[in-house]
Amino acid sequence: MPTGPSDCRILPGRPQVTDHDTQEDFDDHLEDLPLDPLPLDAWHRAKGARMVPFAGYDMPIHYAGPSGGIVAEHNWTRENAGLFDVSHMGQLLLSGPDLDAAVEAVLPIDLSTLKLGQQRYSLLLDDDGGVLDDLMVSRWPDALYLVVNGATKWDDIGTLREALPDDITLNHLDDHALLALQGPKAADALARHATGEYPLSALTFMRFGRFTIAGHDVTIARAGYTGEDGFEISLPAAAAEDIATLLCGEPEVQPIGLGARDSLRLEAGLPLYGHDMSPETSPIEAGLNFGINKRRRIEGGFPGADRIIRELGEGTARRWVGLRIEGRLPAREGAEVFSGADKIGTVTSGGFSPTLGAPIAMAYVVSSYAAPGTAIEVEVRGKRLSATVSPTPFVPHRYFRGS
Amino acid sequence: MTRYFTDEHEWIDVEDGIATVGITDYAQGQLGDIVFVELPEVGALIEQGKDAAVVESVKAASDVYAPITGEITEVNPALEGDPALVNSAPEDDGWFFKMTIADEGELDRLMDEDSYKAFVEAL
Repeated sequence: MPTGPSDCRILPGRPQVTDHDTQEDFDDHLEDLPLDPLPLDAWHRAKGARMVPFAGYDMPIHYAGPSGGIVAEHNWTRENAGLFDVSHMGQLLLSGPDLDAAVEAVLPIDLSTLKLGQQRYSLLLDDDGGVLDDLMVSRWPDALYLVVNGATKWDDIGTLREALPDDITLNHLDDHALLALQGPKAADALARHATGEYPLSALTFMRFGRFTIAGHDVTIARAGYTGEDGFEISLPAAAAEDIATLLCGEPEVQPIGLGARDSLRLEAGLPLYGHDMSPETSPIEAGLNFGINKRRRIEGGFPGADRIIRELGEGTARRWVGLRIEGRLPAREGAEVFSGADKIGTVTSGGFSPTLGAPIAMAYVVSSYAAPGTAIEVEVRGKRLSATVSPTPFVPHRYFRGS
Repeated sequence: MTRYFTDEHEWIDVEDGIATVGITDYAQGQLGDIVFVELPEVGALIEQGKDAAVVESVKAASDVYAPITGEITEVNPALEGDPALVNSAPEDDGWFFKMTIADEGELDRLMDEDSYKAFVEAL
């Protein structure tokens, strides 16, 4: 009998992997698209990774050996540097005439303030302001480079292609892999191998540049999904094994699976598409107001603008908040949130925080209960657990914003 | 003492008419870091194959089924403070609960150690 939100017996069956997909999307894509293995598939297996189906690919959930396992990998990343294969994500390159205006008609971003070498968080919204995906947008010379979620990338390509004028070229860089190196020692380890026109240390949070690693041309952004300082490295797929092996040869670096990626991002209070937001949620409910750039809040002109601008002014009926739960029993996605007899919300992500040694969760709750410190209850298998609305991140971000 | 195994990766030691139940080393390895174990109430009557306990790992909740029908007589008090015992000593100190054996015949349909080993190797 399944206990969690998805079927999860000890065996057979697969772990309850959560990342960027809804199960429906995931199943659709499995049916539609027999995907090739990702570039590092064999490399992960050789490292003893437990592979699970995810976003249509086989992905490592954790690795074997004394340094493997979700908690060990999680802690390693918080203390040292973890290498994550995120090659399932979509890397898209947009170019063409009047590119900025064309993209601003699709995304609520202000591209007039996005300079060459800068990266920014943005949102793909439907006409009702529901979230179709969250993504990163980077200003390349004469192009915009987008990183979108793995399970949504095919739909995103369709949405973008339909919404953008025909003279805008959309390239899916599916001959590229994407690696993330995250943790307080990531900069030291990567600096030994990345050479460029300027030192790696010149990159601050949400900046990127071109570098060379072991003779391969790569693009390195100082960003990530763990709350730690770190980098995302876009590289030719053919170079992925070389570079992954090279980086894991550094004493600070271990490979880290999707399991720890999820627990790290949860501690960092970072939302996960398909779970914490979806077409059923607006970015304002999710507290992602920063994804709607200032000029666009005034001018509108993007999908869902009417609702977004109204919600920015009037607030929303529910809000996405952090929860700290007493005891040790985790509350997971789908758990209901109560105040007394009243159901006031639903958990969208939850688990056990290795760093805090306690369960944490994210939930949508009725806005009158959203203030930090509000005492509420979460129900797990018929039991009421005491919980408190908590500020996020649960574990402070340690981004590098300059020395 | 005789040890039996189920295809749901539980082990059962039988001694003096009482069965001690836990999950196998293979199972704990698949589950990963265990952070909470929800144990049944002492005195509960549970049928073979029905939910008896829940194991929460960092990633997911998984059910543990009663390997036989019986009444819960004792639960492992050490798991409350130290659920990671299930990872470090799954087949001894990390036991889950003890239960009576309502029907000895149910035991006959379980695996012995060699059969279980072969079962796991075939997975």
